[in-house]
Amino acid sequence: MFESLSERLERSFKILKGEGKITEINVAETLKDVRKALLDADVNFKIAKTFTDTVKDKAIGQNVLTSLKPNQLMVKIVHDELAELMGGASVDINLKGSPTVILMSGLQGSGKTTFSGKLANLLKTKRSKNPLLVACDVYRPAAIEQLKVLGEQLGVPVYSDLESKSPVAIAEAAIKYAKLHGNDVVIVDTAGRLAVDEAMMNEIAAIKKAINPQEILFVVDAMTGQDAVNTAKEFNDRLNFDGVILTKLDGDTRGGAALSIRSVVNKPIKFVGTGEKMDALDVFYPERMADRILGMGDIVSLVERAQEQYDEEDARRLQKRIAKNQFDFNDFISQIQQIKKMGNIKDLAAMIPGMGKALKDIDIDDNAFKGIEAIIHSMTPHERENPSLLNGSRKQRIAKGSGTTIVDVNRLLKQFEQTSKMMKMATMSQGKLKMGKHR
Amino acid sequence: MGLFNIFSKEKKATLDQGLSKTKESVFSKLTRAVAGKSKVDDEVLDNLEEVLITSDVGVETTLRIIERIEKRVLLDKYVNTTELNVILKDEIASLLAENNSDSPVDFDAALPAKPYVIMVVGVNGVGKTTTIGKLAYQFTKAGKKVFLGAADTFRAAAVDQLVIWGERAGVPVIKQKMGSDPASVAYDTIASAKANNADVVIIDTAGRLHNKVNLMNELTKIKNVMQKVVPDAPHEVLLVLDGSTGQNAFEQAKQFTKATNVTALAITKLDGTAKGGVVIGISDQFKIPVKYIGLGEGMEHLQVFDRNEFVASLFE
Repeated sequence: MFESLSERLERSFKILKGEGKITEINVAETLKDVRKALLDADVNFKIAKTFTDTVKDKAIGQNVLTSLKPNQLMVKIVHDELAELMGGASVDINLKGSPTVILMSGLQGSGKTTFSGKLANLLKTKRSKNPLLVACDVYRPAAIEQLKVLGEQLGVPVYSDLESKSPVAIAEAAIKYAKLHGNDVVIVDTAGRLAVDEAMMNEIAAIKKAINPQEILFVVDAMTGQDAVNTAKEFNDRLNFDGVILTKLDGDTRGGAALSIRSVVNKPIKFVGTGEKMDALDVFYPERMADRILGMGDIVSLVERAQEQYDEEDARRLQKRIAKNQFDFNDFISQIQQIKKMGNIKDLAAMIPGMGKALKDIDIDDNAFKGIEAIIHSMTPHERENPSLLNGSRKQRIAKGSGTTIVDVNRLLKQFEQTSKMMKMATMSQGKLKMGKHR
Repeated sequence: MGLFNIFSKEKKATLDQGLSKTKESVFSKLTRAVAGKSKVDDEVLDNLEEVLITSDVGVETTLRIIERIEKRVLLDKYVNTTELNVILKDEIASLLAENNSDSPVDFDAALPAKPYVIMVVGVNGVGKTTTIGKLAYQFTKAGKKVFLGAADTFRAAAVDQLVIWGERAGVPVIKQKMGSDPASVAYDTIASAKANNADVVIIDTAGRLHNKVNLMNELTKIKNVMQKVVPDAPHEVLLVLDGSTGQNAFEQAKQFTKATNVTALAITKLDGTAKGGVVIGISDQFKIPVKYIGLGEGMEHLQVFDRNEFVASLFE
């Protein structure tokens, strides 16, 4: 609880030093760290740069909440911007048309065939559709067989033509087949192709033209590096796809490709792949992705909690009382309660400048306040307002009532005394300096 | 130009139009970025940083390279941009030199063991099976007797895929049915290869994300079972990395090494981008040599990695 108080003190000094606001100077280091975090997460170099610049411009001048550092607030602002950039209204897949035609596209090994299976499974089990899978990868050995095996597992029919080497013809024939057999969704799996492969890019453009899909999906490996922007752009230029599927997110990649792609093509991320099983498919959560890319989730959630729980009115009242030398045990316990509302004490304490490292390996029990609370609650209201009343017999009564010992009560009193002294000094020096300013 | 100049002339001749897919290399971008500049200043270094990072070299390695160049610039007082290329080439070459030998072992070289067992591992979709198909073809072409083991018994049609590659390369593929124990397939393959006096055994494994502990333990088990037939097998654990993967490649190398003691790397799909940056970063951070690079979908599109040619090609 002393931490919380000393934070308050620090705040007074911070404002004096100009740290109460986000300025170019006090977040320069943080911005560097943020940019490095983005690059480590494979966010494209240019996008990382523009992004941090924009966010900085937006953030400068913002007031920093008590108990936070400008740096911490900055990280939170970055996080929110990230989430917003990747978010927006979620867009479902377009199931209009009869049948609905969905075309897959992407690089080799991005997970198109697996995703095709997962999507068929989702449509069948959750949307009561009767999908048809179409095997248009005539190049990779056993690609057709792979889709057939998946179809069999899922009980979804698979259209293929082992004789044909023309994906366009296969796709067209499949749609006719679907109409005849009552399949209301046609999922066209295609061969993986490189964006720089002119012939193959022409081929998929030709498939698009022939079957006129309602939905074109770009399937991309979440582990993709800096080139994600170029690939996404090339595919989008050719196909003007409707959405992005981010696969293999069950790995430990930070997934910066999601941000890069979003910034470059501005298309929604519709699904994420989260495992090898056919039901390992999830909708996209921009917030979670922002956490993952930035990798500074701890700071972000702390700032959120602090912002949620911090009562500015309370703080102002407290400062007044300190100034008037009226700080008592009621204030003390309300401080403790405020800290407790914010959650994990160790996290909170770690927010204090210089404390984070010291606390790293120490376990702080969330029950640490229990004894102190018990002692204060065992005081009479009169005693809480007038700590100086506490003599030997009163202390003994309090110790008994709270199940502690006189030593514990004395320790608390000593700590309380020191704290009030510190606070008084701080407010005094603040006052002096303020007067100095006026002159 | 770019990565494709990695090949010596006759090797180049075997490559078809696949090569023409490549766009300009990142280093030619650098040349453009410094054009008109006479001196290495902050702006040039900024450009260099961009070039290195956008080719997936990674932040750590990029910073290290820049730092070293800054030091040299400081020492030599005046460095012009032509010299920059030379210095950069130097720095990259020295990063690669630590792990990669000067004279790479080609497919026709004598192997240190018989059968020489190669276990191929990697995350999903990096191109393990394709790489094995190409390796089988190249070793066979070099006069070696090859056996393949289809120990990816998990992914749909993975066995069929390897069988097709086996047919193309004309080598036997030992398999069991889908879902069977991969360690048992590996055992069968090595036993059969030994009985048939084969030179090379290549074991395919299912793709797995490196953060899945149970799947990584399975790899360790497969490896242990192999040793029941050939005590010092596998002689080579080849980690296949997708050339378009970003910084996660480092984590992959780390975790797979932990589980299987990776001895060599194959970097695939390098024809997709004009980049080889990941090769530089990996070489800097890990003591594992890059042995093969994949440059296309054809059987012959796999090359033994030669660092000198690689570095030279980056600057052409």
